[in-house]
Amino acid sequence: MSKRVLMKGNEALAEAAIQAGCIHFFGYPITPQTEVAAYMSKRLPKIGGVYLQAESELAASNMLLGAAASGIRAMTSSSSPGISLKTEAISYMAGSDVPALIVNVQRGGPGLGGIQPSQADYFQATRALGHGDFQVLVFAPATVQEIMDLVYLAFDRAEEYRVPAMILADGMLGQMMEPVVIEKPQTSPHEKPWAASGHQNKRRHNIINSLYLQAEELENRVIERYKRYEIIKEKEQRAEEYLMEDAEIAVVAYGATSRIVKAAVKEAREQGVKAGCIRPITLWPYPTDTIAKYVNQVKCFLSVEMSMGQMVEDVRLAVNGAVPVEFYGRTGGVIPEPGEVLAKIMELGR
Amino acid sequence: MEYKIKIAGFGGQGILFMGKVIAGAGLADEKEVSWLPSYGPEMRGGTANCSVCISDEPIGSPLVVKPNVFLAMNRPSFERFIDSVEPDGIVIIDSSLIDEKVSRKDVKAFYVPATELAEENELNGLANMIMLGKLFRETSFCSNQALKGAVEACVPKSKQHLIEYNLKAIGIGENL
Repeated sequence: MSKRVLMKGNEALAEAAIQAGCIHFFGYPITPQTEVAAYMSKRLPKIGGVYLQAESELAASNMLLGAAASGIRAMTSSSSPGISLKTEAISYMAGSDVPALIVNVQRGGPGLGGIQPSQADYFQATRALGHGDFQVLVFAPATVQEIMDLVYLAFDRAEEYRVPAMILADGMLGQMMEPVVIEKPQTSPHEKPWAASGHQNKRRHNIINSLYLQAEELENRVIERYKRYEIIKEKEQRAEEYLMEDAEIAVVAYGATSRIVKAAVKEAREQGVKAGCIRPITLWPYPTDTIAKYVNQVKCFLSVEMSMGQMVEDVRLAVNGAVPVEFYGRTGGVIPEPGEVLAKIMELGR
Repeated sequence: MEYKIKIAGFGGQGILFMGKVIAGAGLADEKEVSWLPSYGPEMRGGTANCSVCISDEPIGSPLVVKPNVFLAMNRPSFERFIDSVEPDGIVIIDSSLIDEKVSRKDVKAFYVPATELAEENELNGLANMIMLGKLFRETSFCSNQALKGAVEACVPKSKQHLIEYNLKAIGIGENL
C-alpha cells in the first residue's frame, strides 16, 4: 500500500493535477483557494511547467483557453467571485470544444460575499457558467482523497468528450487536511488530432474557434455538441448511496455537506427513523437515475445544501412529483451542524 | 474511541501547528484523522481555532461542534467554547493566560500554567507543546512513537533544530 500523507484539500487538488500531467496553471489568488496556486507556483517551475499569476481572472481563463487549444493539459482555479469573472472564456472553451479543468472552491455570495464555505454556486456551475447553449462536466468531491480521484477523472472525461470540466469544492474541503494516498492516474492523456499544436506541413492546419456567423452552421455545431451531452448523461452519472437499502427518507447532499448529512442520518437511525443518503458525485450530469430509482421506496426526499436551495430543483426534476421534496439549508458561509439536519430528518420522520 | 478536539487561542500561539501535530500523530498510528482550521480574518492578531478528529472510523463532519477534548489558550476562546464541551470531556486550560475556573462539574478540567512554564524553561513560544504534553498524559490519544514522529514531520525542514525544543516542551507537559 502506498503511504498515507496529510494534505489540505487545495494542496491535494494541485498535486493531483500535476500527477495527471497538467503542467500549465493560470490563476489569480483568492481565499479560500489560494493554496492551489501557491502549491503550483512551488512545484511547476521545477518540473518544466508554467505557473502564471495573471493580471485578472478573465486573463487567466483566456490563457487557459489558449493553452488547452494547443492540446496540453492545463487548469485554472478560483473561488466564487473569481469564477464569475472567468465565465466569458469558459463559454468560449465550450463553444470551441476545448477540454480544460476549472476549479471552484466556493465561498459565500453574492457579490464579494464572505470567505467561509458555501455551495451557492450550484446554479452557476450546472446551469450558466457563461452565455450560450452549453454544459460543463461538474464533479463534487466530499473528501480530500476524492478530490484527487475526481481531478484525474475530470481531465480524462473532459478530453474524451472535448468539453470543459469543473471541480466544484468549497472552503471547508479546500482548507481541511485529511490523509491521502497519492496514486498515479489509471489513464493517459487522450490523442488530440484537433489541437492547434503546429502542423509542420504534415497535415491540414487546425482552427480552434467559436464564431459561426451563419445561423444554420452554428445551430448544427450546437446540436452536435448536445448529442455528446446526451451520451454524457447516459454514461457519466455518478452517485454514492449510503444506508439507502431500506430508507424511508432519502437525504440528498453533495460535497462537504454530505459528510454532515451522513452523521445526521446515522444518528436518525439510532433514534428509529429509517433515513439514508444519496450523494451526487457528478452534478452535471445529475444522477437523475439514482434519485428516480427510489421514488417508489421512500416517502420523501430532503435536499440539504449550503445555499438557499439550488440542487433541490434537480431533485424535484428527478422525482417528478412522485413524492414530496423538502429542503434544508444554511448560507452565507454558515456550515450546518449535524444536529440541525437531524432535527429536520426527525420532523419528517414523524 | 473518537477524539473530537477543539484547540483555541490567539493567532501566533501555534494553535494550528498543535492541531497538525495531533493529526499527524493520529495518522502515524494509522487512524482516520481530519484537521480543519478557522481561516477567517480573525486569525490576524485575534483568535484562532482548529478542529481535529481522530477515529477508527471514517470522519463524518470535520467541524467539531461538541468537542470531547478542549484546549484553551486565551480567555475569549475559553468563554466561547467551554459550554460546547461534551459531558465527561477533558478541558485543558493555560492558566497563565486564563484566570477563570471551569464552573461546570461534568467535565474534567486541568489547569496548566503553560506560558509561564515555557518562559521559565527558555522555551518561549512553545506553551502549545506543553499543553500538548498534558493532553498526551491525560488521554494517551496516540502512541509515544507516533507523537515524536509527528513533531519531526511537522517542523519545517529549515527549522529542524527546533525539534528537540518541541519535544522538551512536550516532556514538561507530560510530567505535570
